[in-house]
Amino acid sequence: MNNNKSISVQNLTKKFGNFTAVNAISFEVEKGEIFGFLGANGAGKTTAMKMLIGISKPTSGEAKVAGFDVYKDTEKIKKNIGYMSQKFALYDDLTVRENARFYGGIYGLSKKQIKKKTNEFITELGIADIADNLVGSLPLGWKQKLAFSVSLIHEPKVVFLDEPTGGVDPITRRQFWEMIYKQADNGTTIFVTTHYMDEAEYCDRVSIMVEGKIEALDTPENLRKQYGVDSMNAVFLKLARG
Amino acid sequence: MRLSGKNMKTILIIVQKEFKQIFRNKAMLPIIFIVPIIQILILSYAATFEVKEVRLGYIDNDKSSYSRDLISKFEVSTYFTLTGEYTSQKEGQDAIQKGKTDVILEIPSNFERNLIKEKQTALSVQIDAINGAAAGVENGYITQIIQGFNNKIRMDLMPYQPQQQNVKRIQFTPSFWYNQTLDYKTFMVPGIIVILVTMITFFLSGMNIVREKEIGTLEQMNVTPIKKHQFIIGKLLPFWILGIFILFFGMNIGRFLFDVPLLGSPVWILLFSSIYILVFLGMGFFISNFTDTQQQAMFIAWFFVVIFILMSGLFTPIESMPAWAQKITEFNPVRYFIEVIRMVMLKGSGLKDIMPQLIKISIFAVVMNFLAVISYRKTT
Amino acid sequence: MKRFIGFIKKEFYHIFRDKRSLFILFGMPIAQILLFGFAVTNEINNVKVAIYDKANDVESLKLIQNISASQYFEIDKMIYDSSEIESIFKQGQVKAVLVFESDFAQKLTKENIANIQIITDATEPNTATTIINYIGAILQKYQAGLNKTIQMPYQIKAETRMLYNPELKSVFMFVPGVMTIILMLVSAMMTSISITREKEIGTMEILLVSPLKPSQVILGKVFPYIFLSIINAVVILLLGFFIFGMPMQGGFLLLGLESILFIVSALALGILISTISETQQTAMMISLMGLLLPVILLSGFIFPIASMPKALQIFSNIIPATWYIIILKGIMLKGVGIAILWKETLILFGMTLFFIVLSIKKYKIRLE
Repeated sequence: MNNNKSISVQNLTKKFGNFTAVNAISFEVEKGEIFGFLGANGAGKTTAMKMLIGISKPTSGEAKVAGFDVYKDTEKIKKNIGYMSQKFALYDDLTVRENARFYGGIYGLSKKQIKKKTNEFITELGIADIADNLVGSLPLGWKQKLAFSVSLIHEPKVVFLDEPTGGVDPITRRQFWEMIYKQADNGTTIFVTTHYMDEAEYCDRVSIMVEGKIEALDTPENLRKQYGVDSMNAVFLKLARG
Repeated sequence: MRLSGKNMKTILIIVQKEFKQIFRNKAMLPIIFIVPIIQILILSYAATFEVKEVRLGYIDNDKSSYSRDLISKFEVSTYFTLTGEYTSQKEGQDAIQKGKTDVILEIPSNFERNLIKEKQTALSVQIDAINGAAAGVENGYITQIIQGFNNKIRMDLMPYQPQQQNVKRIQFTPSFWYNQTLDYKTFMVPGIIVILVTMITFFLSGMNIVREKEIGTLEQMNVTPIKKHQFIIGKLLPFWILGIFILFFGMNIGRFLFDVPLLGSPVWILLFSSIYILVFLGMGFFISNFTDTQQQAMFIAWFFVVIFILMSGLFTPIESMPAWAQKITEFNPVRYFIEVIRMVMLKGSGLKDIMPQLIKISIFAVVMNFLAVISYRKTT
Repeated sequence: MKRFIGFIKKEFYHIFRDKRSLFILFGMPIAQILLFGFAVTNEINNVKVAIYDKANDVESLKLIQNISASQYFEIDKMIYDSSEIESIFKQGQVKAVLVFESDFAQKLTKENIANIQIITDATEPNTATTIINYIGAILQKYQAGLNKTIQMPYQIKAETRMLYNPELKSVFMFVPGVMTIILMLVSAMMTSISITREKEIGTMEILLVSPLKPSQVILGKVFPYIFLSIINAVVILLLGFFIFGMPMQGGFLLLGLESILFIVSALALGILISTISETQQTAMMISLMGLLLPVILLSGFIFPIASMPKALQIFSNIIPATWYIIILKGIMLKGVGIAILWKETLILFGMTLFFIVLSIKKYKIRLE
């Protein structure tokens, strides 16, 4: 793996017929960085992300995730990343532990490892009392936090979060971000899409996509300075309006 | 596809998860375990083409000893129940029209006189023939009774008729192999077991993967390092086991509740069904790859099941179909399983006898699963 | 009212946008009616038989010729040993074996009586008895030819008339049945699923808090299916008339009204199912197992009710389809009117009313 780059993308493009969803984007993400991936609905965020996690083939360009090529080594990429989306919760009809056992098993973890990791996050979240409840019976905030924990069970190098905090209350969002920070401190790279602009402030660096292109990419502080405004929200509005 | 230890382990993890989900769904459990019993019970009793207790009304315009004698022959027959006497043709016709009776027997006046004097007499029979097949059978019963009555009269009137000696007769003795009592249930139960195995494995596997699509977990699966074949095998294996379980369950109900014989070796049924279930799992999986909602998947599955059942020879014999329809049935896996299960259970056929069906079903299984696997894509 | 129309429009869009379901919705009735009409029949044709002719003389050969000339039978093979019978039955192709006794012709001329044994594979009892009957008829005809010169005295001739269906076509039986099934499927199953679907994806609550009245929501959901059901009924009837020559003895108006009555009762059942099921899967299974199977099996559609055990006969009375099928056959084949069908109509009407009241009650309970 080439130095400390967790993700490196060069001229990555995806076309659907005549429509160019992602237009030659390029960026790099450092190991342990929290990288915010912003854009309005339909700007191409999700398509770009799908190419990086190996479920969509790029039309052209190059990209490496955790050191593996998105054309040739999608299976290796999958072993080294975690993924969680707003849509995805865990299986409602399995308990917390059963979900963990299932996902851990899929990544080839031994029973002992799974047990250790599960106990770790159960203690950390302080949820020993609900660990054997069906996921379906838990409130949404809990589901999201659990889904995040489970997506980390195989200690991935990079975690992709697709609007992970959609629909949850501010307090839970705050707690969620604390979990993200902690994970980044441990050296995990975090790639996160969001449309909450206050969340963008929490990221180390932020990119903003407009109509398939990356229009801005820097730390939140620099971006604010560059556009002469005092919030990410204002940066975003300026860019989105062109 | 290597079946290394690690590979097996991954598959096993998916199998475990599927079983947990199946057994946790309270609404599905009765569908899997109780409905089959009820279906075998009700279907076996309801699905019969036997024609019994034909309702017969009569109009006796003669009121002679012969006419009464003939009517009493119908009365004592086990095939008929008398609905009563009607006084006029109009009344009789009304009764058929209102659906109160199936057959009207009308004996004309002079019935007895003509028989004695003219040595020939007639009567008329009207049958409600909307159910054509039943009407044919009813006609057979009626002819039999009248003929019997006729022969008896002939014997009474001319016991020593010289001419009768010269009548040449071809006598035939029917014998019914494998089912002497002509019990319809012996015939239906094996077929119903096949239908149950088919419906449960096909519907559940078809809906299962679409369901993961609908709730979004399929996308999650796609970003894990799980291999295509591991996922497919892991998802389908539980339903395969379920199918085999229902087969055994059904066969035991058949044997102990309905006395359906098991003359051949169950090993051949097991061998055949192992491959057969694969065909429908592959088909269910194939359908789920092309549908987005459970509703769509179910409709398509149901559409095919109806055609498969109607063209399987379950209710009506395949030989009766027109040639083009018989050609179509050659592509119907249900047909082959019904043939095999009846052959093995009722006739004691062996591996050699079922070989043609076994080969065909194996080809279906390979083709169907090949199509299913290539149509399932983890990437877009 | 305007809102209501807008809502109905939305329902139509839903249905017509889902091409696959639409295909099934219209393809299924056509496929079923064609299959039932052409392929599904009890009449036997070209049944394969084997011959074991121990005599091999003039008479036996003539008889064999007569049998092979019949459209019902096809001589598959000749066998020369009784041990072969078992093995050919096990292969399953041949359904009957005719065994001629040795010296068949000699016995017929000298002793005036000759014997044939007909061995049938009776795993399929129906076919077995039909085969025996048909072969019996061929033998009888042959025998009558032998005795041409002898006139039998004291003959009772039965003149049989097959009412309503002189050619004994099975289509006449199946068209009303298929129509009933399709109407049941479209009306009850589709509505129950489409309402539970809204429940499952959460849009039902949105509809219920909208200014639309709950009754309007349900009516709006149901209305498109009434429309679809009627189209289906018409398609089936047209196919019946033009392809299978179904008669139409009675009045169209009565047929239409009775059909609408049945559709409404099926829709009410669909609503009832949707109030008790939480997921589409459950609604689907209840519809399939609870409605469709009883309709197919116990309504007298395929299997005669009179041949069933008493318990099932009683049960068949509480199925609306049983009555609708009686009405359909009455109008289409017998040409009877309301004067005769009033009882069945009244029963169907009562059932419909009962389902509507019950589903309104259940629905209200759910809202509280």
